[in-house]
Amino acid sequence: MEVGQMQRQWMDYTKSLFLEGYLDGQFLQLQQLQDDSNPDFVAEVVSLFFEDSERLLNDLTNALDQKCIDFKKADAHIHQLKGSSSSIGAERVKNCCIIFRSLCEEQNIDACIRCLQQVKQEYFLVKNKLETLFGMEQQIVAAGGSIPKMELSF
Amino acid sequence: MASGSAASSSSSCSNWVMENGDVPHVLAVDDNLIDRKLIEKLLRNSSCRVTTAENGPRALEFLGLASDKQNNLGTGSKVNLVITDYCMPGMTGYELLKKIKESAITKEVPVVIMSSENIPTRVNECMEKGAQMFIQKPLKQSDVKKLTCQLMNCKG
Repeated sequence: MEVGQMQRQWMDYTKSLFLEGYLDGQFLQLQQLQDDSNPDFVAEVVSLFFEDSERLLNDLTNALDQKCIDFKKADAHIHQLKGSSSSIGAERVKNCCIIFRSLCEEQNIDACIRCLQQVKQEYFLVKNKLETLFGMEQQIVAAGGSIPKMELSF
Repeated sequence: MASGSAASSSSSCSNWVMENGDVPHVLAVDDNLIDRKLIEKLLRNSSCRVTTAENGPRALEFLGLASDKQNNLGTGSKVNLVITDYCMPGMTGYELLKKIKESAITKEVPVVIMSSENIPTRVNECMEKGAQMFIQKPLKQSDVKKLTCQLMNCKG
């Protein structure tokens, strides 16, 4: 595949992620921060997000597994996850977290456990999508091309 | 010190005025690692020098206001702006704001509060304690540009 084709494929894939609600405008903010002095900025931030989120999801799983659930602690973890997913533009994860928080407030154990499954699902989905996207970017750069700048016009 | 030689006496943001050619030094406080990385990049993109702190006590230490030291003028680092998250475990951004405004060394330093929740009572209580601005998260480049423009150039 030649570079132009790869770039178009990248653009189409990126657009689909926005249209399907995996990512929102905040992700574009991140992309706009990437420049020659910081060519891996998005990948770095997203990488931190992956590490941080997986830790939080583990902590949440443990928190909900206790005989006596500490909802305050669980809420604190969810607040963190909501914050970071919001900051990178992982819209679906963020929305799931918002729901989770209200369930935590209600102290509805079963609903919380189900919701945690949802959060995990959304997280792994967006992780997969972003890893695919970064893979495409690596191929473009390896072929000597550059990553196009996304416009908000769609 | 963030300039006492204000450009205009009618300027309500005289605290913000920098000496020409100075690069603003901003202290960014946030317990969330991703947010720290983001705010740091946003500020650097607006030509600021950035120090990050992961909580209130570390921020106070950096400013020379650590509670176990008495009036340590000169051992604190000069900053031109503090930008802090509101919701942090232990010391909140609000409590940090109060401590900064209560100290003679730092009370002139503008403090900006960030929060994911735009709760009017929260905003009011921060503004009442002397916060310069309340910004909603997630932060965007335009938010930071607005901030640093005020910091660098208060010419109306």
